[in-house]
Amino acid sequence: MIRLFAFLWMVVFSAAAYGVAVDEKPLADPAKEAIARELMKEIRCLVCQNQSIEDSNADLAKDLRMVVRERVALGDTPDNVRAYLVDRYGDWVLLEPPVNQSTWLLWASPFLFLALVGVGIATARRKRETEAPLSAEEEARLKKLLEGDDA
Amino acid sequence: MDLRRFIPLLVVVAIVAVFFRMMDGERNPREIKSVLVGAEAPALKLPALYEGAPTLTKAALAGDKPMVVNFFASWCVPCRAEHENLMRLAARGDVVMIGIAYKDEPARARAFLEELGNPFSLTGTDLDGRAAIDWGVSGVPETFLISKDGVISYRHWGPIVGDSYDLRLLPELRKLQ
Repeated sequence: MIRLFAFLWMVVFSAAAYGVAVDEKPLADPAKEAIARELMKEIRCLVCQNQSIEDSNADLAKDLRMVVRERVALGDTPDNVRAYLVDRYGDWVLLEPPVNQSTWLLWASPFLFLALVGVGIATARRKRETEAPLSAEEEARLKKLLEGDDA
Repeated sequence: MDLRRFIPLLVVVAIVAVFFRMMDGERNPREIKSVLVGAEAPALKLPALYEGAPTLTKAALAGDKPMVVNFFASWCVPCRAEHENLMRLAARGDVVMIGIAYKDEPARARAFLEELGNPFSLTGTDLDGRAAIDWGVSGVPETFLISKDGVISYRHWGPIVGDSYDLRLLPELRKLQ
């Protein structure tokens, strides 16, 4: 009986974990609400900085969720909503940085690094292949060594 | 001599140089640069903090003196800390001081200004924080310097305390004069 009670207790209160952030009034139109929710996952909370506004309990995150819902309700496309926020807070408000003049290096860096490693491996290989063969004198010394004679 | 043997040393020196730069005391990694710097001040329409005072609109953000727009709140402790410097700024007489109470009950904001002194000649009440979002504010206090023609030239993130009044705010203000 106690176990059952404890189990029910856990089930009831675990729901709170899902109900933290997105607590405000959802939009009446479920399709629009879905768009807004997807957007919230992409928008950074400026206070907690590494959370999306969907996850965050900060006051500002709440306000930004309101803004997102409002823009979507007004018929803005997701791109419009993103632009609206970027106009105010900069690219930083997007959790995934867009590719532009200041971020191309960031996006290209893994590939540049890979290319660099490739070049490194290629040069190392070429070096090994082009190693000069032993001269006659070296050959003779090697033979001596292998035969166990003291040189 | 093979100069290539110095490559690892150069790499280490470069990394150390980067670390030293990062340790610069003025640098705050949590601070996000405002995209509004260099842009025209955003539209604004806020009721004044005091009854009978004019509504704060964008029209107020252009005149014959540079302007300082400060977002503050009575519940904000760092605002209290920087207030002394706002008073100093107002005492100079060469700027128009505008205070916007962020998510603060007007009565409380008024009491705050009564207690610590009122540096503002114009005030606005941003009860729901929407004006702050238009200004890209992420928390109070934040302070904007605006040129005579209404362009934001500097945004001070966080309280103006310590030497940031003399070393950051004043030099930026001088540029506008």
